[in-house]
Amino acid sequence: MKVIEVKGLVKSYGDFTAVAGIDLAIEAGEIFALLGPNGAGKTTTVEILAGFRSADSGTVSVLGFDPATKGDAGRAWRNRIGIVLQTASDSGSFKVHEIVKHFSNFYANPRDVDQVIEAVGLTAKRDSLVLELSGGQRRRLDVALGIIGNPELLFLDEPTTGFDPEARRAFWSLIRDLKAGGTTILLTTHYLDEAEELADRVAVITAGKIIEISTPALLGGRSTAKATVSWMGPGGNQSEESNNPTAVVAKLAAQFSDDIPELTITRPSLEDIYLKMIGRHHE
Amino acid sequence: MNKVPGTIKLGLLRGQMEIIQFSRQKEAVVFTIFFPVILLAIFGSVFKDSLDSSTGVTFSQYFVAGMIASGLVNTGFQNIAINIPLERDMGAIKRLRGTPLPITSYFIGKAISVFASMAVQVLILLIIGAAFFGLNMPTEPSKWFTFTWILILGTASSTALGVAFSSVPKNGRGAAAIVSPVVIILQFFSGVFFVFTQLPGWMQQVAAIFPLKWLTQGMRSVFLPDSFAAQEVAQSWESGRTAIILLLWLIVGLFLAVKTFRWENK
Repeated sequence: MKVIEVKGLVKSYGDFTAVAGIDLAIEAGEIFALLGPNGAGKTTTVEILAGFRSADSGTVSVLGFDPATKGDAGRAWRNRIGIVLQTASDSGSFKVHEIVKHFSNFYANPRDVDQVIEAVGLTAKRDSLVLELSGGQRRRLDVALGIIGNPELLFLDEPTTGFDPEARRAFWSLIRDLKAGGTTILLTTHYLDEAEELADRVAVITAGKIIEISTPALLGGRSTAKATVSWMGPGGNQSEESNNPTAVVAKLAAQFSDDIPELTITRPSLEDIYLKMIGRHHE
Repeated sequence: MNKVPGTIKLGLLRGQMEIIQFSRQKEAVVFTIFFPVILLAIFGSVFKDSLDSSTGVTFSQYFVAGMIASGLVNTGFQNIAINIPLERDMGAIKRLRGTPLPITSYFIGKAISVFASMAVQVLILLIIGAAFFGLNMPTEPSKWFTFTWILILGTASSTALGVAFSSVPKNGRGAAAIVSPVVIILQFFSGVFFVFTQLPGWMQQVAAIFPLKWLTQGMRSVFLPDSFAAQEVAQSWESGRTAIILLLWLIVGLFLAVKTFRWENK
């Protein structure tokens, strides 16, 4: 079942085209990452799918509805989705459990307030004022407010920006738990490791266009890319790209008849592939 | 699947949250509640004479009516038109917009918090006025009935107009500078600080377009003896007209509020 279906989505602000024709189909239960540099159109896309903005052209279906749906049908639709937008600084004078409890009232079948606070790791901060939370704790509260309604579909717009590595790992495990519970997740990020860690599929987006949709392992022909063998030859650093690095090493071993000086074999990281893709697009 | 909760129920819950939020901003609470009392103390000390020898009405008595009326405008219109742009800046409204909460419930919550804050303000103003400034309380039940409907209608129209006007400031920083002068000018024009009939005719006519003049006149009908009505512009309290004009402004305010409401700043 398609949870999100987008065809030919276009959105401009004045002369600036933020989204220049996007097609997407996201399946139930998957974690789908929109990966791209700042200003690529990730947030605009999410804000259209979440019903905050209208598209200039194209068709959008989210859980079978047009996100622009108003009135009772719009409320019933919002009851089924959760949204975590980029940084907010509101609700400072409420206690953590007060604001989570308050938001739980908006939904037909909310999750248990204390369980959600536990899931985002804020149990120790349950009675603290929101303005006393650290940046990472605030972000986890944002997630708590996004999932309190027990959504079928969760939008996460750059959820871990500004996290320290430990907080990010904790956050990732929370997202995996949500997926295990059957939630479909659309995530935007400019962190490659995050996309690689979490996503079933990744769309690389730049200048308002999707340039590739793939799994993290296959992105940009990564799995079939040539490996680079490099070593210190008699005349300095040498390297050779090959589909069969073992053969290259065997040849070198015969040549040197001893240890090959400074031998390394590298395959392109997701980052190399990504930068190559973005770079090629900009040229 | 169960239905999402009703608009009124959520409006009441929003009201509760708005009141909690307001009550935790200590400076705002003190300022909002004691500002009318401080003004009463200043004006009551400056103008000690009776306004009128036949009725014996003191300026304090006249001024309390104006203070309650302008409290409605300060707490409703001014605070809301300044706070909504701030809430937009902080992402609060955008966050709510992404939930099934109806926008009407958000408006109801604002009105409830204005009404609660007004109730406390009026109570303290009346107690201190009676204790220290010789304020006479009305005794007829009909006057308290008038008091109640003006307070409710005034809260509703002031809140609706505040939400409508909140679309004018571009962001939270500039909001106070745009909203406050409107309120202060209206207060001078509407006979809050001066006796209305002593103002220039053109000022009276401008004021008669806006709700504050009618709120102050309505509150005078509660706190001044009926013999004083002869000194109003129309030689009458014009209660019926007051109700109609406040209702019209409520409708205009609601219409503009719904039409122009934005969940983020431009």
